[in-house]
Amino acid sequence: MAEPSHEDWDDYIDAVGRALGLPIEEAWRPAIRANLAVSLKMAKLVDEFSLPDEAEPASVFTA
Amino acid sequence: MNFPFLTKPSPPVSSPLDPADQTAGAIAAAVAAGKLSAVEATDAVLARIAARDGVLNAFTDVTAERARAKARAVDADIAAGKPAGPLAGVPFAVKNLFDVEGLPTRAGSKINRDRAPAARDATLIERMEAAGAVLIGALNMGEYAYDFTGENVHDGPSRNPHDPTRMSGGSSGGSGSAVGGGLVPIALGSDTNGSIRVPSSFCGIFGLKPTYGRLSRARSFPFVMSLDHLGPFARSVEDLALAYDVMQGPDAGDAACTTRAPEPVSAMLSQGLDGLRIAIAGGHFQKNLFPEAAEAVSRVVAALKVTQVIDVPEAARARAAAYVISTTEGASLHLDRLRTRPQDFDPAVRDRLIAGAMIPAPMVDRAQKFRRWYRSRVLDIFKSVDVLIAPATPCIAPKLGQATFVLDGVELPVRANIGIHTQPISFIGLPVVAVPIPLEPMPIGVQIIAAPWCEHVALRVAHALQQLGVAAAPAPRGVLENGSRSA
Repeated sequence: MAEPSHEDWDDYIDAVGRALGLPIEEAWRPAIRANLAVSLKMAKLVDEFSLPDEAEPASVFTA
Repeated sequence: MNFPFLTKPSPPVSSPLDPADQTAGAIAAAVAAGKLSAVEATDAVLARIAARDGVLNAFTDVTAERARAKARAVDADIAAGKPAGPLAGVPFAVKNLFDVEGLPTRAGSKINRDRAPAARDATLIERMEAAGAVLIGALNMGEYAYDFTGENVHDGPSRNPHDPTRMSGGSSGGSGSAVGGGLVPIALGSDTNGSIRVPSSFCGIFGLKPTYGRLSRARSFPFVMSLDHLGPFARSVEDLALAYDVMQGPDAGDAACTTRAPEPVSAMLSQGLDGLRIAIAGGHFQKNLFPEAAEAVSRVVAALKVTQVIDVPEAARARAAAYVISTTEGASLHLDRLRTRPQDFDPAVRDRLIAGAMIPAPMVDRAQKFRRWYRSRVLDIFKSVDVLIAPATPCIAPKLGQATFVLDGVELPVRANIGIHTQPISFIGLPVVAVPIPLEPMPIGVQIIAAPWCEHVALRVAHALQQLGVAAAPAPRGVLENGSRSA
C-alpha cells in the first residue's frame, strides 16, 4: 500500500479534528502534520511487533 | 585510568559556614543539635534564592511567609523537647505540578493559573514537612510536563547552573536548576519519560525515579497516569535517601500507589557493592551517544570493574511504545482544554497533543500489550543481574533554544530525542538513580537501574560511586550572582 501523501494527511487532520471537535488553525497545520508523522512512525514500530492473541495489556483491571 | 575529558572540580561546599551550602543531612543534624535554627537555615536559603534566581529562574513561587512560619514551628518543637524529625529545618522546593495549599497548581501552564488555589498540600509535601522539612516554594517546569528542555514560554526557561546559556533539562527543569545551583538542598519533581533523570544529568545532581507506584502522586497534576512517577533531587546520595525514606508509604489518594510498607534505605547505603551483579546495558543504550555520554558510562563501569554487556531486547521499540502512550494519554487528559483554549498552550505542546489525539486507538492498545511483553523480558534479565548501567542523556545540556543535534551522523530534533535512553526504563517502572559525572565543561548523568522495588540496590551503587569520587555534584562557579530575583 502506498504511503499517505501530504494531502492525505491534511484530509486526515481535518476529518479527525472535526470528529473530535478540535479547532485547528491553518498556521498550526505544518507542526501538527510533522508531529503526527513522528507519532505514527513510533506507532508503526509497535504495530509491527507480533504478539499472541492472548497478550494482556500492561494495565489489568481488578474488580 | 586516563580519560579524554577533564574532571570538573567539585568542592563539597563553596562556603561551609553558609547553611545554604550544606547538605540536607548536615542542616538537619545542626538543627537537631541546636547549632543552627530552622529559621536561620530558611533565611539563608531565601537569601540565596534572592541572589541567584534572577539568573536561574528556577522558582515560580517563593512561599517565604509560609516557610518562616514552618521554620519557627520546627524551632519551637525542638525547644519544647520534642524529637527533631530526620529533615528538621531542611529547606526544599517542589515542581509546580505539586499542589501547594493556597496556590493554583499551574503545572507549567498559563491555563491552570485560573484554577482555584489548592486546598491541601500534595501528600509528598505533607510527608516531607512531617519530617521537619520546610517548603520554600514552587519550581519552574515545562508546560504540562511534556518537555525535556526546561524551557517554558510563559515563565521563561529555567537555566543551567553550570552555564546559564544552556538548558536545565525537562520537564523538572526548575528542580534541577534549584538543586544544582545551590538554592535548596532537596527538590521534588516528576518523571514520566525522563523528567527527573534528564535535569539531573544536565544540572549535575543526583535524582531518584523510584519504582512506579512507590511514592504517592496524590494531589499532583498528572501527565500520563500509567507512566507518571514522583521523586527527589539532591546533591548527595545521602540526601536523596533521606528524602525518599520519609516520603514512602501507602496512600489511598493514588490508585497506583503501592500497599507495601515503607522500606527505608538510608541505613543500607554504606553496604557497598558486595554481592551485587552489575552489567552494562547494551544495544539501544550504546547507540546515539555523544562522546561525553560514552565517557561518563566508561568512568562508571571502570570504577565498578564491570565488563559484562547485556542487550536489553526491543528497547528502541519500548521507547516508541512509551512515546505512543504518552502522546495519546496526554491528549486525552487535555482534550477539553485543546477544544476551548488552544491559543493559551505553548504552541509546541499544543501541536504535539493535537497530533496525539489523532493516533488510532489500536496502536495504544498494542503499545500497552507490548509493555507487558517487554516488562517480562527485562525482568528475566534481572534474574541474573542486580543492576544495569546506561547513559541518562545522549549529550550534555544543549544551548537554550537549540532545535537539532547530529547524532550518529543524522540530524535529529533535540526535544524528541533527549529522552531516548530514559524512556525504555520508565516505560516499565524500574527504579533508577541518575548519578552526575562531573566532566568539563559540563556534567552529565548515568542511570543506575535496578529491579522493581530495589531502590536500595541502585542507591547503594550510587553511594559507592560517590565514595569513589566518580559521581559528584559539582558546585556552580561564579556565574550566578550577577542577577537578583525581581519578585
